[in-house]
Amino acid sequence: MESRNTQLAVGLFVIIGVLALLFLGLQAANTSVVTNGDTYKLYAKFDNIGGLKARSPVKVGGVVVGRVSNISLSGDYYEPLVEMTISAEYNEFSDTTSVSILTSGLLGEQYIGLNPGFIDDTVEMLKDGDQIYDTKSALVLEDLIGQFLFSQGND
Amino acid sequence: MHTAHSSASVKPETHADDDALVVIDDIDFAHGFGAHQVYRGLSMRIPKGKITAVMGPSGIGKTTLLRLIGAQLRPQRGSITFAGENVHALGRSDLYELRKRMSMLFQSGALFTDMTVYDNIAFPIREHSQLPEEIIKTIVKMKLEAVGLRGARHLMPAELSGGMARRAALARAMALDPELIMYDEPFAGQDPISMGVIVKLIKELNESLGLTSIVVTHDVAEVLTIADYVYIIADKKVIGHGTPTELQESDNALVHQFLHGEADGPVPFHYAAPSLAEDLLGAKDA
Amino acid sequence: MLDRIAALGRSVLDSIAGAGAAFFMLMRALLGKPQLRKSWPLLMQQMYSVGVLSLVIIVVSGLFIGMVLGLQGYTILVDFGAEQSLGPMVALSLLRELGPVVTALLFAGRAGSSLTAEIGLMKATEQLSSLEMMGVDPLRRVISPRFWAGFYSMPILAIVFSAVGIYGGYLVGVRWLGVDDGAFWSVMQSNVEWGQDILNGIIKSLVFAFVVTWIALHKGYSCTPTSVGISRATTSTVVTASLAVLGLDFVLTALMFG
Repeated sequence: MESRNTQLAVGLFVIIGVLALLFLGLQAANTSVVTNGDTYKLYAKFDNIGGLKARSPVKVGGVVVGRVSNISLSGDYYEPLVEMTISAEYNEFSDTTSVSILTSGLLGEQYIGLNPGFIDDTVEMLKDGDQIYDTKSALVLEDLIGQFLFSQGND
Repeated sequence: MHTAHSSASVKPETHADDDALVVIDDIDFAHGFGAHQVYRGLSMRIPKGKITAVMGPSGIGKTTLLRLIGAQLRPQRGSITFAGENVHALGRSDLYELRKRMSMLFQSGALFTDMTVYDNIAFPIREHSQLPEEIIKTIVKMKLEAVGLRGARHLMPAELSGGMARRAALARAMALDPELIMYDEPFAGQDPISMGVIVKLIKELNESLGLTSIVVTHDVAEVLTIADYVYIIADKKVIGHGTPTELQESDNALVHQFLHGEADGPVPFHYAAPSLAEDLLGAKDA
Repeated sequence: MLDRIAALGRSVLDSIAGAGAAFFMLMRALLGKPQLRKSWPLLMQQMYSVGVLSLVIIVVSGLFIGMVLGLQGYTILVDFGAEQSLGPMVALSLLRELGPVVTALLFAGRAGSSLTAEIGLMKATEQLSSLEMMGVDPLRRVISPRFWAGFYSMPILAIVFSAVGIYGGYLVGVRWLGVDDGAFWSVMQSNVEWGQDILNGIIKSLVFAFVVTWIALHKGYSCTPTSVGISRATTSTVVTASLAVLGLDFVLTALMFG
C-alpha cells in the first residue's frame, strides 16, 4: 500500500526529529536547569563589574548555583548593583559569605564566585532579597597594566 | 446523486425564462483594472435540454464566458443567472453547492495527474457524497463504459492519448449527473476520428440524460451538425444568433465570414497597423 | 509623463492587490472547519514530499557545515589557547543561526520551488479551475495541506540539521583535531541553554517555515499559467523567500539576543 509506506516514512521522519531534539536537549544544552526550579534572589554591590553580563553564571567552587538576573546602578554614587538568582537547593549561605567577580581563563567569560563564609551561632543565613556586603570587584586588565607600569616607573 | 433538485424547483418570478437554464444579462467584463476589455453589453439565453454552441474568432474570450457562468470570474456589470439564481450574488458555500449542478470539460482535460483514471472519476463522487466504495465502483464503471474507456481505468492520465484524456475528463464531468455541462473547445487539437467520437458523445449524452450543453468552439463544421442553437461572439458582444439553418442564411457580413472561413472581411486579416507604405518608408518608430 | 504616473499607480495597485490576495488565500485556506478524515491522508502525502524527501539534503549539508565550523573554529580558537570553547562555538552558531537559516534557505530551494512549480502546473493544466468547478475548494484541498506540511516539516528539519551539525563539529574537533572529549561537551553544556538557545532557534524556524511556505504557495497560486510564468514564479519563490528569511532573521535575532 502506497499510503501506508508514506505514513511509515512520515512517522520515521517525526521520530528522527524527536530524537534530534532529545540529543540537543540532553547532550548539548545544560540540563541541570539551575534557574528554572525554585529560586531566591541575592544582591551585591561592586565598584566595578568589568565584563559581567546578565545571565552570567554564579559559581561556588566552580559549580554553577545560579545566574546573574539583573544589573543596575543604585544609590547616590551610582554603584553597580547585581541581582543574582540562586537555586533554592543552595539556601544555606551565611551572611559572612563573600562574592567576587572572576574570569575563566585569561580572556574568558566573567562570572561571579561565591565564597561561603563560616557558620556559627552568631551568624544568620542569607534569605531572599538580602544583600552581600563583602564584595571584590572585577579585575580590569587596563587598570592592572596601569598599576604595573606605575610600579615599574617607581623602581 | 444528491444534486439539489429541491432548490431548482423554487423558481423566482422569471416566467419568460422558464425554458432557459442560464441567462446572461447585459454584462461588462474586463481583466485587471480595466486594462483589457473582454465583453461590453453581452446577453445570452441558454435553453434547457438543448445544445447551445458559442462560436467566435480565437482570442475573443470564449473560455472567459464559461468561467463567468461558473462564477470563477465576476463581471463588472450585469448579471448571470443559473436556474433562476444569480450566481454572483451567492455566498461561498451556496456557490459551491450550486457548482455541483454544473460541470465543465476543460480544454486540456484537467485530469488530476497524480491519480489513476478510475480515481479521477471517483473523485467528485467521493468529495460530495458518503456513498460506500462498492456503489462508487459501479457508478465509475458505468461512466467509463459510456465514454468507452472501461478498459483504461487503471492507467495514469499521462498514459492516455489526447482524445482519450478528453473522454476520461468527460466521464468525470458527468460523474455527479449535472444539469449543465460546459465544453471548452472540445474539438481543438483532435484527430478526425476522436473528433467524431466526441461529437457523437456530446450528442448522445445530451439526448439520453436530458442535459443542457454549452459548447464553446471555433470548429464550425463539427458543431453545426449537433447544435440546436448558435451564438456568434465578436467585438465584445453577440453579433448573431439563431438555429444553424437561420445563421447559414444570414446576410450579416461578419456571420457570413465566420461561418464560411473567409480570410478577409469585417474581421480584418491584418492586425491594426499603419499602412504598409507608411511603415516601410516612414520608419517613425523603427 | 502622465503615462508613467499611471503605470506607477497601476503597479502600486497591483502589488497591493497581490499582497491582499496572498493574505486572503492563506486565510481562506486555513480557516473553516477541518475535515480530518479527508485531510489527514493529504497532509501525510505532503509531509512525505515536503519533509521526508528534504531530509537527505538537510542531513548532508548539516554534517558538512558542522565539520567546517569545527575546522575553522579550531584554527581560530587554538591561537588563543581557547580550543575548549569549540563546543559552544559550534553549538551556538548552529542552534541560534545556521540551523534555522540554512534549513530555511535549503527548504526554499528544494521544497519551496517544487511547491510553486507543482501548483503553477496544476493551474496551467486547469486542474485548480476544474476543482473549483467541481465544487471542491482548491485552497482547502491543495493549498492547506501543503501549507501545514511545510509548517510542521521545517522545524523538524532545522532540529535535525543542528543535531547533525553538532555531531559533525564533534567529529572534526574531537576525533580528528584532538580537542578533549569531556571538555567539548561540558563547556558546550555550560554555555547552551534550553530556553535561550534551543527554543529560540525553533521559534525562528517556525517563523521561517510560515513565511517560506506561504511565499511558495502564493507564487504558484498566482502565477501566469504558462511555461514562462511558471519558471518565473519558481525563481521568484527562491529569491523572495531567501531574502525574506535573511531579513526576518536579522529582526528576530535583534529581538531575541539583542
